[in-house]
Amino acid sequence: MSRLGDLLRADGDTKPWKGRYAPYDLVKELAIAVGVIASLAVLLAVLFSSPDDKPSTIAQWSHELPADFATTAAKELAETSPTAEYGPPYNHSSGSVQHLLLLHPQRWLGVSHPIHTADDYVIKPLETIPDDPALQAALAQYNGAPEKQKKAWSEAYAKPLEQYSEAIEEKKTPPATVTVNQSAGTVTVKVSGVGPVPTMMTSLQGLAQSGGLEGGLVTSRQFFQTDYTKPLLFIADGGLLSERAEAQHLLGKQWGLMNETGSFPGQPWLWLYALWYQVEPMKSSPNADIQVLLIMGLLSLAFISIPFIPGINRLPRRIPIYKLIWREHYRSQI
Amino acid sequence: MSGIAPPPPAGPMPSKSWTVKVREKGVEALPPDRLLPDGQPTYVASWIYVFGVAGIASLIVIIASGSILALKGPAWWHFTGVGHFLNSIHLWSVELFFFVMVVHLWGKFWMAAWRGGRGRVWVTGAITFLVAIPAALTGYVSQQNFDAQWISTQAKDAMNSVGVGSFFNLTNFGQMYSFHILLLPIAVVALVVAHVLLVRRHGVVPPFELERRAEFAAAGAGAKGQR
Repeated sequence: MSRLGDLLRADGDTKPWKGRYAPYDLVKELAIAVGVIASLAVLLAVLFSSPDDKPSTIAQWSHELPADFATTAAKELAETSPTAEYGPPYNHSSGSVQHLLLLHPQRWLGVSHPIHTADDYVIKPLETIPDDPALQAALAQYNGAPEKQKKAWSEAYAKPLEQYSEAIEEKKTPPATVTVNQSAGTVTVKVSGVGPVPTMMTSLQGLAQSGGLEGGLVTSRQFFQTDYTKPLLFIADGGLLSERAEAQHLLGKQWGLMNETGSFPGQPWLWLYALWYQVEPMKSSPNADIQVLLIMGLLSLAFISIPFIPGINRLPRRIPIYKLIWREHYRSQI
Repeated sequence: MSGIAPPPPAGPMPSKSWTVKVREKGVEALPPDRLLPDGQPTYVASWIYVFGVAGIASLIVIIASGSILALKGPAWWHFTGVGHFLNSIHLWSVELFFFVMVVHLWGKFWMAAWRGGRGRVWVTGAITFLVAIPAALTGYVSQQNFDAQWISTQAKDAMNSVGVGSFFNLTNFGQMYSFHILLLPIAVVALVVAHVLLVRRHGVVPPFELERRAEFAAAGAGAKGQR
């Protein structure tokens, strides 16, 4: 064997078995195992079923949380939403770009799913609404304005909405510039310097409540579509998903990734992955994901390489659990 | 046409046929009685050995239930009772699969089942466990319900942070569904087949003490011969 082969050879050698053999029907064992496991799965399915909480829709979101929808949409237009400021693979911003020392894989892989939030979530969907002269005039005014002006209008509109959301969250008195009619699902922002934005956002709210917005976001390039990146990121920018998730103990701080809705076991095999998010420095780090994935990558490599890691590969010999496993054999040897 | 049959090939000459070479290599590595033996060493007598075959059995139930779900399309289980029941069987067989896999891995760890040139047996088993994790994750994000929305929008940040998100997009249902029902199951099944063939080739690892007894016996026999 080569020197490398020697190094890679798993610790400990065994000799061919010269002892007795007992009859063993492998195929029968497998057939019985399939029967037992299938019966167990059926029993568990009968007893506990499986979760299937309906997905949230943009229509539902804009109806139930009109202020949250309006705030999110205004931030998409102003390009200050989490998606707008995310960075690769969606755009060239840097809000959610992570790195570890000299490793910048998120930057290196670049923008592969481009999302321009103002165009994709507001302007283009509004351009699909026919027979609305007021909206078309507003869009013409907005599209014709210089970028600086657009930004000033959209930020002036988004600011009071953000203040409103913060006040509601902190249970304070909301600003008088924002009026929300919860039952009608309408939001009115009365501030100056917002140009055509109120007309546009009122139309967007109407489009969303009619169910037309999510369709427009999915079928953006072709008839058949299976990519929900745009509507999912839009809805995730708002508060509806996280509100539902918190109630279902699915947030990161609640070991979210290994849980699922209800009391179902979820993905308990992700416990170690979820654990790292609960401890410092990952818990408060803006680069937590890359740190945790690197740790898990190294641990996975170690897990695969256990037979070749000196010390670890001798643990089973030192901690004699094997005596329990092979107790029948040892008894027969006495 | 002469109608004369060609002479039969000379027997002992080594064949140039690739097919014959593959067959000969295969039979040499795994003769039928080693591939499907009807006996096992007497030390293979513990409940822990059941968990390996239980893992394969779980995988069979997962693939069977998943195949019916795939045949009926990804939305079927949301609006039919039978579909929901099959989805439940699929979910619970996955939970059972991971449970028995974990017990099997722990069992094999405490047996140091990599001894005697069985390193690749452990490696293929460990990689199977690791590949099964994204196989399950892609299932969770292909469910088309709130769980899928939440898990995909949260887990995307981890994928994006290491650049994987640029070609493995958790929010792209079509891509995730392809990974879940085709690519990752093929990978898991291929790994399990390799793992089982390696187990059959090398046999079940003998107990620790057996080695020492065998060494003592050999040493004793050697000493006897010198006398």
